[in-house]
Amino acid sequence: MTDVLERPVDAVEHGPEEHRGPTGLLKWLTSTDHKVIGLSYTVTSVIMLVIGGLFAEIIRAQLATPNGTLVSFAQYNELFTMHGSVMIYLFAGPFAFGALANFVVPIQIGAPDMAYPRLNALSYWLYLTGSLTMLAGFFTAGGAANFGWVAYAPLTSAANSPGTGADLWIGALLLTGFSAIFTGVNLCATIFYLRAPGMTMFRMPIFTWNLLITAILILLAFPVLTAGLIMLYCDRHFGTHIFSVVGGGVPVLWQHIFWFWGHPEVYILALPFFGMATEIIAVFSRKPVFGYKGMIFATISIAALSLGVWAHHMFTTGVVLLPFFSIMSLLIAVPTGIKIFNWIGTMWRGEIWFSTAMLMALGFLTTFLVGGLTGIYLASPPLDFFTHDTYFVVAHFHSVVMALVFAGMAGLYYWGPKITGYLLNERIGKIQFWFLFIGVQLFTFPQYLLGLRGMPRRIAVYPHDPEWKLLNDWSSVGAALIGISTLLFVVNIIMSWKKYPAGDNPWDGQTLEWFTTSPPPHHNFYRLPQIRSERPTWDYNHPEHRSLVHGSHAADHEEVPAP
Amino acid sequence: MEIPTLPPQGVTARTRRWRRVRRVVTLPLAALALSGCTVPAFGARAGVTSTARSTFHLWQGFSLGAAIIGGFVLLLVLYAVVRYRRQGDRIPKQVQYHIPLEMVYTIVPILIVFALFAATIVVENKVVANPTTNVTINVNAFQWGWKFSYPGTNAVVVGQTTQDPTMVMPVNTDVHINLTSTDVVHGFYVRAFNFSRYALPGIKNQFTFHPVATGTFFGQCTQLCGLYHSLMLFKVKVVTGTQYQSWLAGFSDAAGAQAANNATNQQTSSHVPSKPTNSSGAN
Repeated sequence: MTDVLERPVDAVEHGPEEHRGPTGLLKWLTSTDHKVIGLSYTVTSVIMLVIGGLFAEIIRAQLATPNGTLVSFAQYNELFTMHGSVMIYLFAGPFAFGALANFVVPIQIGAPDMAYPRLNALSYWLYLTGSLTMLAGFFTAGGAANFGWVAYAPLTSAANSPGTGADLWIGALLLTGFSAIFTGVNLCATIFYLRAPGMTMFRMPIFTWNLLITAILILLAFPVLTAGLIMLYCDRHFGTHIFSVVGGGVPVLWQHIFWFWGHPEVYILALPFFGMATEIIAVFSRKPVFGYKGMIFATISIAALSLGVWAHHMFTTGVVLLPFFSIMSLLIAVPTGIKIFNWIGTMWRGEIWFSTAMLMALGFLTTFLVGGLTGIYLASPPLDFFTHDTYFVVAHFHSVVMALVFAGMAGLYYWGPKITGYLLNERIGKIQFWFLFIGVQLFTFPQYLLGLRGMPRRIAVYPHDPEWKLLNDWSSVGAALIGISTLLFVVNIIMSWKKYPAGDNPWDGQTLEWFTTSPPPHHNFYRLPQIRSERPTWDYNHPEHRSLVHGSHAADHEEVPAP
Repeated sequence: MEIPTLPPQGVTARTRRWRRVRRVVTLPLAALALSGCTVPAFGARAGVTSTARSTFHLWQGFSLGAAIIGGFVLLLVLYAVVRYRRQGDRIPKQVQYHIPLEMVYTIVPILIVFALFAATIVVENKVVANPTTNVTINVNAFQWGWKFSYPGTNAVVVGQTTQDPTMVMPVNTDVHINLTSTDVVHGFYVRAFNFSRYALPGIKNQFTFHPVATGTFFGQCTQLCGLYHSLMLFKVKVVTGTQYQSWLAGFSDAAGAQAANNATNQQTSSHVPSKPTNSSGAN
């Protein structure tokens, strides 16, 4: 019996030298290789993170004093609109399902590439074009879009928001929306059809599972947003009255359409990052994912519930059925709780290696715990009436998205060596982690209190309540620390440039991507191990330490703890 | 959750585990009982309407639960990262499933969720109740100000941005509010009432307040509504019944008509505010 599935000899010799494709710039422009596209996505989306972060720093500087004069009201509205838009549409989503997913998913399932390589390239170019389109708004006469990233009608009408910036924003979302839909199609097809022999559905790594569920959610949610944006464009330019009272339209319809996309979108963003954290916690605890199947069912139930909770963003409209959306939203806490306990269970009795990636994953776990718990409040209509559109909500979703940033950073430190072949500096990485961790808590906790003290979101000045100043100052200090941590990441990339060769499997990884070379060859694998569990590389490297079967759990063979 | 320590001799694994669970559960409860049964405010304030107080108590309940559960989870994480940090090249037991444990942390959260939902429904029914009332105030939001009119009287208060209009209402009475918007979506939010509601164009939102204390309270638009969203402030003044009646009587017919007229002409650029903080804002 052989443990490794070798390819035929000619396939083994089918090395990179046979792919005399273009190199340099032309390679980036023309490639349909998922690894090149994934890297393009990664670089572009991290640049978007930095741009969105710069907007945030300006916002926090403006709010450091009650009568901030750094920017005008008009500029302030543009800044927070573009901060939210860039972070949600151009960073978090594309980074989640375009960047690392593009690179990792085909390798994790032993596929040579995505199912539709050219469609994949189209996705990237649509995304890049959309990003540039949105940012181009700043260079138009009226400035960039300024109605918030949720763009509530009728503030978005041609009368209320004239100017090209708004149209560019709509166009950008259409472009990136199609990019997301194509990526969703591609991921589904790849995961369903291109798995290696032996890679059954219940042997897929959690990251791949989460991306499959994400892709299905994308296909359900994004077309709705796209349709809504086309309606909005028609309202603005072709004289329809879908969202305006004057012509018999219904402004609240926009909120329904937007959030029918918007709440699944929360999980479209979160699930890939959950997957990253899951993989990383397991590898650095040297254990299999605890409750692997429970984890998958939790992911599926989160996705299913997420399609029925959109109106919890609309409790204060007074026109939605409160109890239904309340209980649906509360129930999401259950699968999310399962995930958190599974993560802890994975670490339990493990051998935890505090690499930067693991620290970042722990940063994700703790920050997400805060964001998740405060989310439960917002699922209760009376408490939502109390805190809606105050800084409490701002703090809640920043706890969540900053948790995702932790997971994303963990992913970059974890898979970066696979992508580039070189490790990042661990010492700088750990300093970066502590800046980020302290920064995030310092940034969000004062905002929770600000919300309870009544500070609404999206205000540029607060002259009437100097009580808010101190809390805002702490929050701004936190934002500055987060900024420093981002700078440290850039410094780390420069300092570690091609310095620390990674080898094929620097972390004792468990999944297929750690079986191939770093970076992987053109079609990813020269050989494959036998796939008999969701950890083929681990099984190959540690044949005597395969996962224990059901029932033979820890209690039966308790170990004497180390002194 | 098992918390492994050196096992005492002569006790079965099951009893040992149960003792540990008991210790973990009873400790925070005991601490709570010792603290004198006053539930902390967790950063919120009780508010000055009956529903604000119900909301505040719901807030306390949720916060207590969140603190216990969050603290418990955080302790587990801390324990795991300290106790199980890598100390050698040992490969731990490759445990993947523990079905009873997984069932516990599936079923217990479901029970907690339904408890939270029950509490939510009780408070929600109070907050959204619409009893018949003697006092009605029509609140109209516009870019960027508020108009408070009192049907059946001549009283109308209008003000925008820097003018901070004041809504007057009597204490210890149910006050019915009809909330509308003339242009975009606004957010009607009174901090001391622990309550907010959208003012939507084309829809009349209705709700009832029952103030239980007098005083002047702060209100502000919470939903982004354009350029001067930051300045869309108002005040709520809760007064005694007699003060309220004399305040209403202060509006002569002429003054009322004048105010109403002003209100309809408000939304022109002639009132663009001149905040010292925002010299460049209008451009």
